Amino acid sequence: MSRNRRLKLQIFRLAVFVLLGAFFLIPIGAMFEFSTRGVTEDAPRTLNAWLTIAQTPDLVAAILASLGLAVLTSLGMLVLLVPTMIWVRLRLPHLSRVIEFLCLLPLTIPAIVLVAGLAPIYLWMNLNISDSILTLAFVYLVLVLPYAYRALYTGLAAIDVKTLAEAARSLGASWITVMMRVIVPNMPVAILNACLLSVAVVLGEFTIANLLNYVNLQVAIALAGRANATVSIAVAVASLLFAFILLVILSFFGRPRARVAPDAPGLPYPGAAGGGMR
Amino acid sequence: MRRPLGGGRRLAMPQWIAAAPFFLYVGIFLLLPTAIVVSGAFIDSAGLSLANFATMNQRFVINAFLNSVLLSATSAIIGAVFGALLAYAVATGNPNGAFRRLVSSACGVLAQFGGVTLAFAFIATIGGAGFITLWLQQHGMNIYANGVWLYQLRGLVLVYIYFQIPLMVLVFLPALDGIRPQWREATESLGGGTWHYWRYVAGPLLAPAFLGGTLLLFANAFSAYATAAALVNQGSIIASLLIANTLTSEVGLANPGIASAFALVMVVIVAVVMVLYTLLQQRTARWLQ
Repeated sequence: MSRNRRLKLQIFRLAVFVLLGAFFLIPIGAMFEFSTRGVTEDAPRTLNAWLTIAQTPDLVAAILASLGLAVLTSLGMLVLLVPTMIWVRLRLPHLSRVIEFLCLLPLTIPAIVLVAGLAPIYLWMNLNISDSILTLAFVYLVLVLPYAYRALYTGLAAIDVKTLAEAARSLGASWITVMMRVIVPNMPVAILNACLLSVAVVLGEFTIANLLNYVNLQVAIALAGRANATVSIAVAVASLLFAFILLVILSFFGRPRARVAPDAPGLPYPGAAGGGMR
Repeated sequence: MRRPLGGGRRLAMPQWIAAAPFFLYVGIFLLLPTAIVVSGAFIDSAGLSLANFATMNQRFVINAFLNSVLLSATSAIIGAVFGALLAYAVATGNPNGAFRRLVSSACGVLAQFGGVTLAFAFIATIGGAGFITLWLQQHGMNIYANGVWLYQLRGLVLVYIYFQIPLMVLVFLPALDGIRPQWREATESLGGGTWHYWRYVAGPLLAPAFLGGTLLLFANAFSAYATAAALVNQGSIIASLLIANTLTSEVGLANPGIASAFALVMVVIVAVVMVLYTLLQQRTARWLQ
């Protein structure tokens, strides 16, 4: 590469990074700035808005509800997906395409469409089972399927499930033991990834909760925004920080990208078609 | 041969039984709602009919869908161009460097970013009392001289670009990584310059990936709801808001049948775009492995 071209390339790269860096960082910085404003224009910086969060019962309730949903969804996801995926890998390989298709399907069905079909189901559930906000965990589990599936798939593809299972079985282990004490302990990073992604999706979810009239974290932030913009932006920053921390942990922990099996799910990347937060 | 103790199949249960809970669950919470939307679109008070689709003729419905197409196309094209530039800037750096890891992690996070928080971020930046707005005002400039556009279609385009660019980086970077430096050297040894390289070698190779990425971004924007809902307080300027407002009208005009019809139209559009995307993706994979 000629020196001239190298120089031009470096200038181009610098320009792109500075320009887009500003585009991405300024709105986040502006949120911090906004959340520390005083009441009047020249009032000194204050953390009042942040302190008010804890004193606003509606916000606290919504935060607790969203955290509860995140835990329930993650647990449900593990219980539903892990045994099924291991079993399919061992005994029902012909079903693996179907499972993959179903798990990735929520990416193609916009949440706003899903909610139109969910309305009657939740109406029935409210009347006959429970109208608790925690029932949202049922549909959130569906929303996190694509992300969890991909994380778990990578984990399973990295270990020799069949040999492990046969070895354990030949030593007299039951299927439950095989799963819980042999295979699961061999994929801790995948399980952690699947849980973190699920938590991130649940904490960011707005569409379904809003349209089914439940007040989760994001809905509460939107509602609070009408009463007190500073406080709601403070909560937004807090939830954003929390999600960032989760996802940064995620990106540092895992993604053994080098060893993706050749038939890894044909999913581009997390989040096509309005999954999760959008 | 003896079966191992405590193992073996003592009960003659079919093997698929173990996968049944999964299918049952997905059936109830994913397939059933989808089926309700599809069937609901074709049922009105009189039974089976196409009456719900008749509403598609109305001005405000056509406008909402056209606006959605416009918003998705604009934000997809702008997002794809800037995303591709950023991906190129990243790809030309050290492939194992910390900077590249930082940028791809950040893109992974930002591509997921959206909804209320993103809307608020822009309100805090260029809203009426936003950081940039105030700063510019102090310097005698007003970005809203012709009216506040943040809460209109133009504003949505700007906000959507925020998650479109990182998404493009994620899908386009692998394609750029597939380009080998030898191809450029080969072009040069045959007497070709930079223009020839981009026009006849890299361009055609990257075109399917770029087009595919743009389609994905389109689908992504088309089905987005939360960001627009948080930013636009009333009216149904785009299709997803229209569906939401038809579903839960505050003035008692809710009509699930018509909402289902709109939702079905949206699903069909998104599905077509995603199929095209998959086809282009396969074509990309053929060359750039």
